[in-house]
Amino acid sequence: MTAPLLEIRDLKKDFPVRGGLLGRSVRAVKAVDGVGFTLRRGETLGLVGESGCGKSTVGKLILRLMEPTGGTIRLDGRDMTAARGAVLRDFRRQVQMVFQDPYASLNPRMRAGAIVAETIQNYETLPRAVLRERVAALLGKVGLRPDAMEKFPFEFSGGQRQRLGIARALALSPSVIVADEPVSALDVSVQAQVINLLMDLQRDLGVAYLFISHDLGVVEHIAHRVAVMYLGRIVEIGETAAIFSAPRHPYTQALISAAPVSDPRLRRLRLYLEGDVPSPLDPPQGCAFHTRCPFAFDRCRREVPVLGPRATGQAAACHLPDPQAVAA
Amino acid sequence: MTAIATVPPDADRPPAAEVRRRPPLWRFVRRNPTLVLGLAILVAIAAAAVLAPLLPGDPFTMQPSRRLAPAGGAFLLGTDALGRDVFARTVHGARVSLTVGLSVAALSVLTGLAIGLTAGYVRGLDTTVMRLMDALMSLPAILLAIALVSLTKASVATVIVAITVPEIPRVVRLVRAVVLTVRDQPYVQAAIAGGARTPKVIVRHIMPSTLAPLVVQATYVCASAILIEAALSFLGAGSPPDIPSWGNMIASSRLHLARAPWTMFAPGLALALTVLAINLIGDGLRDRLDPRLARRM
Repeated sequence: MTAPLLEIRDLKKDFPVRGGLLGRSVRAVKAVDGVGFTLRRGETLGLVGESGCGKSTVGKLILRLMEPTGGTIRLDGRDMTAARGAVLRDFRRQVQMVFQDPYASLNPRMRAGAIVAETIQNYETLPRAVLRERVAALLGKVGLRPDAMEKFPFEFSGGQRQRLGIARALALSPSVIVADEPVSALDVSVQAQVINLLMDLQRDLGVAYLFISHDLGVVEHIAHRVAVMYLGRIVEIGETAAIFSAPRHPYTQALISAAPVSDPRLRRLRLYLEGDVPSPLDPPQGCAFHTRCPFAFDRCRREVPVLGPRATGQAAACHLPDPQAVAA
Repeated sequence: MTAIATVPPDADRPPAAEVRRRPPLWRFVRRNPTLVLGLAILVAIAAAAVLAPLLPGDPFTMQPSRRLAPAGGAFLLGTDALGRDVFARTVHGARVSLTVGLSVAALSVLTGLAIGLTAGYVRGLDTTVMRLMDALMSLPAILLAIALVSLTKASVATVIVAITVPEIPRVVRLVRAVVLTVRDQPYVQAAIAGGARTPKVIVRHIMPSTLAPLVVQATYVCASAILIEAALSFLGAGSPPDIPSWGNMIASSRLHLARAPWTMFAPGLALALTVLAINLIGDGLRDRLDPRLARRM
């Protein structure tokens, strides 16, 4: 196994909740509470979970768009958690981001060419002609015509805008792209095009993706490995095939059984969850999932489970020794 | 019901061809009446101010034999208590007022923009800067200006600085408010993630959003600066008395108001018209530039 390109360890982010007369910090929302994973060169790690579980926050923390409360971010073994100035700029050259909203993530006052060129100009001073050529080549790579350069964002469709966002992220030939729900805002037919574009680019350029999504079907298609998040923690992580064929955490099982399947005759075990996600302001004692877990027992209410290896290859954070009986 | 429905919804509109034949200028006037009216008045006043030396009459020559002469004859708007041409003085007063108004608008907008962008973007500075601005705002503008003028020698430049300082906090608040909403927009986050340095993020991605409200604010600052200058001059704390400013003229006319009302009406009307014109321009610009107001056209 090669050394990890990106290594995240025990990442934490608390959002203080202010209250009282003087705006003192009263409590904290633990949006991300000890997330850790690795990403290898040219690999796609899918990060899934329902809204509010902290998956987008993880993406922003990695890009250092937010300051983590704790934990480390390593790129090629170098600690980037507290990087500033030139080191941080160099880090951002290698780690880029594709945003969820293709409408809001493009400056409405700038032409498409200028949007893509800006990222290059942040690092290199090039003659106009060379820069134009580079931008045209990037647009070509994502399937846009060179004359798109002169257009403003509002002249593009949603899918084209997202292609533009991808071209911008590719401009510096990064080794990692954090894609935060890159297709959630698109029509299903356009989603497929963008997903295939991302996969083609990975094959050609060897870029690694951290693919944040709540769409299990998309993740199963694009990701080599999957991490499942619940209330700011990773509850299960492993190879995509293992996670989807033999989920070991009851939450993963519930998620997978809730995903729509195209064949209505297919008989499936359905695991329904009851209730809502508990407030991250006041997470349950012990295993955060025990309030909704159909298999919860005494130990779950007292002790936080740690991610442990399972026979099927993945790691799961669950006290149940053998969930096989459930999944079967 | 059906009878009503058969009437074409746009039956009373002129045919399309007629609409198309109208020149673009006329369409602009029709759609922006306040803006055009304000501009027309202001352009007239500004032209008079620029051409003042070429217009008949001299603002400084005193003719004691013809003091408080009524309008007509050699003097278009009569003379004041020292026998000076009221028309010439009013026209020259426009130079002072417009200079003060434009300078204060430009200075306060530029300073306020710089402070507001910094305070809004750099989280650590926000509280300190804004409390300072609040403190500045809590003092009445005229009082602060009087204090500043009385500390220094009376000159138009002093008056400009004295009026600019209390105007700055208003601009800062406006700019900061825009920065706070734009700062967390995904396209700004994208620029940061793309490796843009902070000054570039601010100038290229945040500042353009502040310009439309700033242009509107600048017109109001300009109008209020002209009024404050007149008030300061009226109180004797503004332009030096030998300079023909509207405030000075109104102040000196008080003693002879019953006998020679034109000595007050001329500068007073000029002042009111100028401020009205600038406010009309401001309202017109706001209607055009504010995205929250529905496009009625």
